[in-house]
Amino acid sequence: MTPRATKSARYSIFSVLRESLRGHTGWRPTWRDAEPKPDYDIVIIGGGGHGLATAYYLAKNHGPARIAVVEKGWIGGGNVGRNTTIIRSNYLLPGNIPFYEQSMKLWEGLEQDINYNAMVSQRGILNLYHSDGQRDAYVRRGNAMQLHGIDAELLDQAAVRRMYPFLNFDNARFPVQGGLLQRRGGTVRHDAVAWGYARAADRAGVDIIQNCEVTGMRRAPDGGVVGLETSRGFIGANKVGMAVAGSSSRVAAMVGLRLPIESHVLQAFVSESIKPFIDGVVTFGAGHFYISQSDKGGLVFGGDLDGYNSYAQRGNMPVVEDVCEGGMALMPRIGRVRLLRQWGGIMDMSMDGSPIIDRTPVDGLYLNAGWCYGGFKATPASGLCFAHLIARDEPHPVAAAYRLDRFARGYAIDEKGMGPQPNLH
Amino acid sequence: MRIICPHCGERGLDEFVYHGDASLTRPDPASATAMADFVRYAFERENKAGAHRELWYHSAGCHAWLVVTRNVITHAIASVELARDVALARDLAARTGA
Amino acid sequence: MTKAQPNRLARGGLIDRSRALQFYFDGHTYTGHPGDTLASALIANGVSLTGRSFKYHRPRGILSAGSEEPNALVELRTGSRQEANTKATVTELYDGLDARSQNRWPSLAFDVLSINSLLAPIFVAGFYYKTFMWPAALWEKLYEPAIRRAAGLGRASDEADPDTYEKATAFCDVLIIGGGPAGLAAAINAGKSGARVILADENVNFGGRAIDDAAVIDNIPAGAWTAAALSQLGAMAEVKIMPRTTVFGVYDGGTYGAIERVSDHLAVPARGQPRQRLWRIVAKHTILASGATERPIVFGGNDRPGVMLAGAVRTYINRFGVAPGRQAVVFVNNDYAAMTATALDQAGVQVVAIVDSRATPSDTVREIASATEAQLLSGAVIVDTRGSKRVRSVCVRTAGAEKVTLDCDLVAMSGGYNPNIQLTTHLNGRPVWSDALVTFNAGTLPPGMAIAGAAAGQFGLKSCLASGATAGFDAATASGFGSAAAVGFNAIDESAAIEPLWRVDGCRGKAFVDQQNDVTVGDIELAEREGFRAVEHLKRYTTLGMATDQGRTANVNALAIMAELTSKTIPQTGMTVARPPYTPVAIGAFAGHHRGQDFKPTRLPPSYAWAKEQGAVFVETGLWLRPSYFPQGGENSMGRLRTNGRAPASLPMDSASA
Repeated sequence: MTPRATKSARYSIFSVLRESLRGHTGWRPTWRDAEPKPDYDIVIIGGGGHGLATAYYLAKNHGPARIAVVEKGWIGGGNVGRNTTIIRSNYLLPGNIPFYEQSMKLWEGLEQDINYNAMVSQRGILNLYHSDGQRDAYVRRGNAMQLHGIDAELLDQAAVRRMYPFLNFDNARFPVQGGLLQRRGGTVRHDAVAWGYARAADRAGVDIIQNCEVTGMRRAPDGGVVGLETSRGFIGANKVGMAVAGSSSRVAAMVGLRLPIESHVLQAFVSESIKPFIDGVVTFGAGHFYISQSDKGGLVFGGDLDGYNSYAQRGNMPVVEDVCEGGMALMPRIGRVRLLRQWGGIMDMSMDGSPIIDRTPVDGLYLNAGWCYGGFKATPASGLCFAHLIARDEPHPVAAAYRLDRFARGYAIDEKGMGPQPNLH
Repeated sequence: MRIICPHCGERGLDEFVYHGDASLTRPDPASATAMADFVRYAFERENKAGAHRELWYHSAGCHAWLVVTRNVITHAIASVELARDVALARDLAARTGA
Repeated sequence: MTKAQPNRLARGGLIDRSRALQFYFDGHTYTGHPGDTLASALIANGVSLTGRSFKYHRPRGILSAGSEEPNALVELRTGSRQEANTKATVTELYDGLDARSQNRWPSLAFDVLSINSLLAPIFVAGFYYKTFMWPAALWEKLYEPAIRRAAGLGRASDEADPDTYEKATAFCDVLIIGGGPAGLAAAINAGKSGARVILADENVNFGGRAIDDAAVIDNIPAGAWTAAALSQLGAMAEVKIMPRTTVFGVYDGGTYGAIERVSDHLAVPARGQPRQRLWRIVAKHTILASGATERPIVFGGNDRPGVMLAGAVRTYINRFGVAPGRQAVVFVNNDYAAMTATALDQAGVQVVAIVDSRATPSDTVREIASATEAQLLSGAVIVDTRGSKRVRSVCVRTAGAEKVTLDCDLVAMSGGYNPNIQLTTHLNGRPVWSDALVTFNAGTLPPGMAIAGAAAGQFGLKSCLASGATAGFDAATASGFGSAAAVGFNAIDESAAIEPLWRVDGCRGKAFVDQQNDVTVGDIELAEREGFRAVEHLKRYTTLGMATDQGRTANVNALAIMAELTSKTIPQTGMTVARPPYTPVAIGAFAGHHRGQDFKPTRLPPSYAWAKEQGAVFVETGLWLRPSYFPQGGENSMGRLRTNGRAPASLPMDSASA
């Protein structure tokens, strides 16, 4: 067995200054590249944001256990590495609000908790409205938020103009009338979330095993899962948690489960780096377009799903055009700013647009899936609640609505009111 | 993506609207297992990474409903059929099989 | 009074010397000629400092002569047409062009934030992940605002873009991407069969590197050959030639995205003309003849103005008739780039030395050195450069490990060539490493695509032309347009012999891998030490390859350095995969006319005119405008409720402005 590498030092301005005097040669790996052991108490499939957060909160909140995260490629390579970095808790429905607010609270203390600066930046999220009907819908949403103790402000046109004077107020097909503002919303440096949780989990003793593809699940005669067949051999486990959004159906099929999920592609875009002028996150209400500007200066934006089932991690031109049309309709000053890169991620689109954190009919197998394109902001709470579920075999109170059987029982959580059409959520 | 409509020929993606999995068939509401069947029909999907039979509607063209067989990993289209023909063939098979 | 052009050569180049164009850079007035780019005109005027780097604010100059340029980025135009981060190397000069350097204050020559260079020991890759955490409240209040003030390079305009953008769709049998020798050879062979051919090139001129290298094809100069080829193609009814058109993306079903810069070479678009046109090209067959991009060598101070890619030096001499320096050192690891010494010598630039990293010099290099009377230093490398705002000398470590200082104001470097295979990876194709060519080649191609010329690793001109001719002939035949026989072309195959050299070890100064994002060898070493060894981790942790040059001069070197650090081969370490677009594309071009009132159609009900006469206030219901209410006596919608004698439906949420 290889000797265990020393833990990486605590990060602070002092450690950075100390290292700067010796050419930064003293830094240790951010997380150990662990070799798989023959068995663990708990194995999480998927080294994305949710899987790593789950492992961290398991180790932190639920006592000593032998925990591993197995990842097919490199950690943070799924949707935590390819999203538009937005965090918010401006939801409407009772099943969603407490969960996303729990997530927001965890974001707010994340850096101190995991000792890693993921640049949680609460510069506000503004949802614009363009008609009386939209305004009334946002009033309703804002009231629901306030009833749960969440900050929400309704802005009229003058107030929006003061915040974002360059929006198209005067020559718009759908003039901006105002907006719903959540000042605690904002953005987070997405890759850093995966790395920060990986480092914190590693320091708490979790084995993070990269380049380890799960090829099957081994089951006991009674049907329960007893371990994973992987590209690096069999790994025994008392409990297995799936956090593989994008590939949930594929992994679930290994035990014959059919999920209320379709895989769709969502494209996202970043522009060249320009001097910052967009402070927070702005969403257009008359088309599907949302935008923020990173701390490096790139405009980060997105819009609709391509609309068809896909596992390809790439999309087509009509959506690119549609998204940019929304951008130009909303802020015509970005016309000469150049699009630098477009990419696609595979979304676990659930049938009601809401996630699943639940046990499965297979003993010992737990499911965290169906994040649609809202998974990033949920990362901390998803990890917290999934860890709670796995450790205690009962749902965390704020995630109690995310049951797998809610569709059969008639308790779908349909924020958009679209019905079981995953490409419309 | 481009789809060869049996009526109109090859057309671009933006002429079509997607309507999901074409392999689903509406269960018999009179069946004893109707409740479970409808849950399965409305909510559960095989969602396989590979060939996928799916419904497309040629909304900006001839308004035909199509069954397209497409690989969801490569987006390569293997076949396009009129949904009507698919449905008729299925009914015929059901009748002759019964 | 405008200054003369001290570095303009007496003859040569595709410029129109009979006309002078006046332009402005950082408020100074200069002149150039039609046919110049902003970069070539700046070089002609002796301007070598063009910008400051992103993080350390180091002085930077012109590295390349194409769309791979990481350094020479300017704010172009003013007011509502201001464009940030515009590459001087692809900006065609027009009369009155106004450009400003970026990321400096108060001036380019004296930049206060160059103090960041002193803080470089702290500002290593990812340092911000480890600090700025305490106290938590200061992140939004102090740390982040400071970071955001320093972020970004150029400024976007404050005003709405006044220009229009059009969209068009084209169909063809054969789309040829790139109008260099391979592309032209392909177009002639496909076109003569009667097939519908589209030939697109990102530049205004065709001919590619055959012109940059002053090559000879069919026994005539490449310029004349290209002109003849274009007139031959122009006479073919089914051939469409599209200059200034970049094919930037591959999508499903043989669909290609392309951007045509209709008016960017003009001060303002002509009346009725768009600024740019977004093309959706549907092609049965495609030939990728996009050439190759030269790799820099990573050594100490390799970012100092005056250090240039060798191919760019030849381009400036042969295509633009300017000398990028007076005293040059040529630093290569391959035979092909050594011909730069010949071009320099012929342009009257003194070649101080050819520094060839290979222990045994090839006959080609030996002949060039003797013909140009340059000192040949084999098995030697440049370890450092000196100079403040421009290179003044280089420090060479000889085969015998001695340090020699050579005075020069120009370093022409070449670490080999990367075929431009970005488009082959847009549909998830994966490149394949070639030990023989020391480069990644295309792997699985998108359906219907063939690849030719330098993009296919055919670096010699003869084989480049031959592969283009074959690809053009085959694509036409496959489209049902057979013709008698393929037309071939005469040329010689230059030697492209190469031995890998990615970076020079033992450098004292900072050695840059990604010049625009200021990623150094030290940053890659740090990433390796901290476990960010997967290519995607490396890129994300250091921001390598994420800049406006799409990592074209950085990615392969970085991968090779990581492979060295981890004692793995390059293919074991990973590969570089590109996402669209190939070069950055204006957001306005994707939006086209769908902005302002034309964002979506406005649908009016039959009662619209009547309701309007009655003073109706309309409400948006989807695309429809419907009368909402008919105010009486100055009411608004709330007032109507009040006059009904009831309290308004309460809005418990206070408006922030109230």
